[in-house]
Parts: sequence; structure tokens; C-alpha cells
Amino acid sequence: MTAYATNGWTALGDPTRRAIFERLVEHPQAVTELARELPVSRPAVSQHLKVLKNAGLVVDRQAGRHRIYQVNPDGLGALRAELDLFWSKTLAAYKTIVEQRPEEVK
Amino acid sequence: MSTQTQETTVQAQIVVDAPLERAFSVFTEDFGSFKPPEHNLLEVEIAETVFEPRAGGHLYDRGVDGSECRWARVLAYEPPHRVLLTWDISPQWQLETDLEKTSEWEVRFIAEAPQRTRVEIEHRNLARHGAGWEAVRDGVAAPDGWPLYLQRFAQVVKD
Repeated sequence: MTAYATNGWTALGDPTRRAIFERLVEHPQAVTELARELPVSRPAVSQHLKVLKNAGLVVDRQAGRHRIYQVNPDGLGALRAELDLFWSKTLAAYKTIVEQRPEEVK
Repeated sequence: MSTQTQETTVQAQIVVDAPLERAFSVFTEDFGSFKPPEHNLLEVEIAETVFEPRAGGHLYDRGVDGSECRWARVLAYEPPHRVLLTWDISPQWQLETDLEKTSEWEVRFIAEAPQRTRVEIEHRNLARHGAGWEAVRDGVAAPDGWPLYLQRFAQVVKD
């Protein structure tokens, strides 16, 4: 485990971890379910979940034979991730608009 | 930067092929043209987004029915270099009326070349939304499922 992986922002820099986090935002689920939907192995999913957990972005609980993961509602991590996404999208769209030739805009 | 600062701050930046003045004017005057369309707290479609170009002004959405959502206050307006606004939206994606519980975002415009500008955003003091997190936690524990902010987030990431 690298030291910077505990930072939520960095943890979401990896596309697979981002995909896992986005699925957990939709609903809590177990490793097996995540591994079925993603093109990565079950051990790899577990490893990514460990990083997300260390970053405070997700929490887990035991439910029978399964361990269920969900987005951590009790930390700032999810809010940061959400705002990070908001600003990334905003800036990307802004770049498109601002780089249009001046005569193309009003 | 301290760990605590990192935890309560979000940073983003982009370099655009546009001169400084244009980068600033498009960002402020045309904010509504590029902000994510799902960012709408009104019950109706947004007719226009208005960025009042002065400290003490607001950044607000006006709906097609005339309703308004003033979701940011302009704290500093310094063309063409910097603006500083508040984020008056709770983690539940509702308008925050308690101004103690709002964060702030600063946008800096830096000329890298005559035709190239770097735009840096720092959204900070996120912990001020703190009290909202208890409500979020309660919402998650409630039988009717996920709170609104997670639904909104899911919409955002699906686009």
C-alpha cells in the first residue's frame, strides 16, 4: 500500500477504482457482484476496495457470508469526490466553450 | 499543505487556448453555458444562469417559470485575475440557508502566454458543511434509502 493511496482524491485517480466507487454510489454491494460487472479479477477488486477503504471513501460490514461495501456517508471523502467530479466536468466544458473562435460566440 | 487542508479542499485546474481577459469573461459571463446541466436545484428547467459581476452579488439560476436559486455569493470580483464565491449548497444538494455551513471556491486566472491561460479552482473549507453530514448519515440509515446527494452523484457520473 503506497502512502498517498490513503488520500481520497488520489484513490479515485485510478479508473478501475473510480468505476468501483461509482457502482457503490448506486447501491451497496459485495466483491463478487463488483467483480462480475467489471473486467478485473475478484482479488483485484478486493485490493482496490482496500485502497478506497483506507482513503475513507467506502466502509464495509459483514452480512451473512458476504462483506458488503458502501460509500462512506460519514466522511468528507464522498463530498470531495463529488465536488472533484463537478469541477472536472465544469472545466472540461469550459475549455470547449472558451476555445471557440470569438466570432462563433455572441 | 497540511493533511487537514487536503481533506477539506478540492483543487482542479485546466489550461485553455485563450487570452487572459477572454478566459475570465467567458468563465464569469457564460458560466451557465458550461456548468453541468444536472446542477439544478430548481423544480423547473433553468432559463439562464446569472453571474453578478461584483462583490456582494450572486451567482444564481433562474428557472423558466421565473423562480430563482441563489446558490453562490460573490465575495471577490477582480477581473481578469480572480473571483471568490461561496458554495451555499448542502451535501444533500439543497440550498444551505445557514451561511456558517457553507464552503468557498476561488478561481484564479494566470496568463501562461498571450493566447494561453491557466485556470485554477480551489474549493475549500468543506468541513464547514460538517453538520450536514449527521443528516446525511441519518438519511442513509433511514428505510427509504440513499439520500439525495448520492442520487445526484450517480446521475453525474453516468453522463
